[in-house]
Amino acid sequence: MTLIAPLSRRVVVGLAATAMLALAAAPVRAETPCCATGDLGLIVERATGSLVVVDQSERAAIGRIEGLGDLSHASLVYSPDERYAFVFGRDGGLTKVDILAQTVVKRVVQAGNSIGGAISDDGRLVAVSNYEPGGVRVFDTDTLDMVADIPTGSKTVGLVDAPGRRFVFSLWDAGETWIADLSGPMPKITKLTGIGTNPYDGLITGDGRTYIAGLFGEDGLVRIDLWAEEPEPRRILPHYGRGREKLPVYKMPHLEGWALAGDQFVLPAVGQHEVLWMDARDFREVARTPTHGQPVFAMARPGGRQVWVNFAHPLNDTIQVIDSQSHEIVHELKPGPAVLHMEFTARGTEVWVSVRDADRVDVYDAATFEKLGEIAAKSPSGIFFTARAHKIGL
Amino acid sequence: MARIAAFLALMLMAGPAAADDISPDRAVRLEHLVLQDCGSCHGLTRKGGLGSPLTREALGGADPHAIAGIILDGLPGTAMPPWRPLLTETEALWIANYLLEEPAK
Repeated sequence: MTLIAPLSRRVVVGLAATAMLALAAAPVRAETPCCATGDLGLIVERATGSLVVVDQSERAAIGRIEGLGDLSHASLVYSPDERYAFVFGRDGGLTKVDILAQTVVKRVVQAGNSIGGAISDDGRLVAVSNYEPGGVRVFDTDTLDMVADIPTGSKTVGLVDAPGRRFVFSLWDAGETWIADLSGPMPKITKLTGIGTNPYDGLITGDGRTYIAGLFGEDGLVRIDLWAEEPEPRRILPHYGRGREKLPVYKMPHLEGWALAGDQFVLPAVGQHEVLWMDARDFREVARTPTHGQPVFAMARPGGRQVWVNFAHPLNDTIQVIDSQSHEIVHELKPGPAVLHMEFTARGTEVWVSVRDADRVDVYDAATFEKLGEIAAKSPSGIFFTARAHKIGL
Repeated sequence: MARIAAFLALMLMAGPAAADDISPDRAVRLEHLVLQDCGSCHGLTRKGGLGSPLTREALGGADPHAIAGIILDGLPGTAMPPWRPLLTETEALWIANYLLEEPAK
């Protein structure tokens, strides 16, 4: 009964109130869950194929879900009711887990090698991007039955959901971005070619309008206006390396919708020790901030006032916090060896940090940088709070 | 013949010397590097990802020195970076032999 332990008084009061209401209005359903999931989350334990279930308010682990296969580079998305998570493993495994029951509901191995996934805006479809065989496969969220297979002939990356039951993704080998519209009986695919060499990841803004793919094979990124009648790729931040030699990249950067900080995008420079700032209206570079190492995640705190950045191996023991107005580094933390990921609470009060080689997740006050707690986890990587359920692109 | 004998003698010296030069403590750290950091692209089970598979079967008995060369200098035109700034030649050879000998976990 691990779920009982963290119950606070308000939940008990809530339960009592619920019970009274239920007595007055309707028969009590035996299967009614004991708790809400709004402040829960999951932490990937990458080496052991397991997830730690965490309670944000208690800053504590409340259980573990095991048997998810190879979770190196795993990610997950949430169902609209925040009860289920769909976990995308490296080994092609797609696993549906129940956060309340802390169990695996269903697991399918849908490909040989996967890199991530997305859930449709209506919560009915979950899509997985695969390296082997290259392409995207789409599944029913209730049954995990496959409803569409979209082979691309390329390692497929940067998969995001877009409004209107669409998914957008990019082709590493072919340098293309495809828009798959699944609102009709048959998937409708729009292929944008020649976007650039080796797109490594993609993001969509929270309004569902702009898709940005980062390029590994050349200096620059590409943006696509999904509101356009005929979306087309446009190069942004071209030649940001300006002929400087690219440093060896020991860890690919990641792009997500949190790149938007107020009226600017903050983006990692590939092979450089800096983040790039770009005006969100005209897509021109406005500044760059030299950093401790090569950025992996550059994440705007909800509200966009600061950006937290972690770094690639071997400089991955450090986090820098950058002010989005001055573009200056205002704080530096050294949480420990191999800081892999950060996750903000929904309103940005706290940030949780996975410190892989310390087998620990640290909790920091995002305003004062004070350390508020620690949670034990085995080789933790991604941290995912359930509030993601209601955000486009997460 | 003398030249071949000399080469063989060098090879014989190189093999054990490479292993002896890596302390047990360093070996643990290198194994961790293979699992976690090479694993970022090649998978924890070495079955591949953005990078190619690195299982014993996939490597098919390749020359460890050739593998060490790729580790040290990378593969231009791909995402494989040169690890020479972070690893010695002895360490790269240790990793190459590890990949060829150790089954993936």
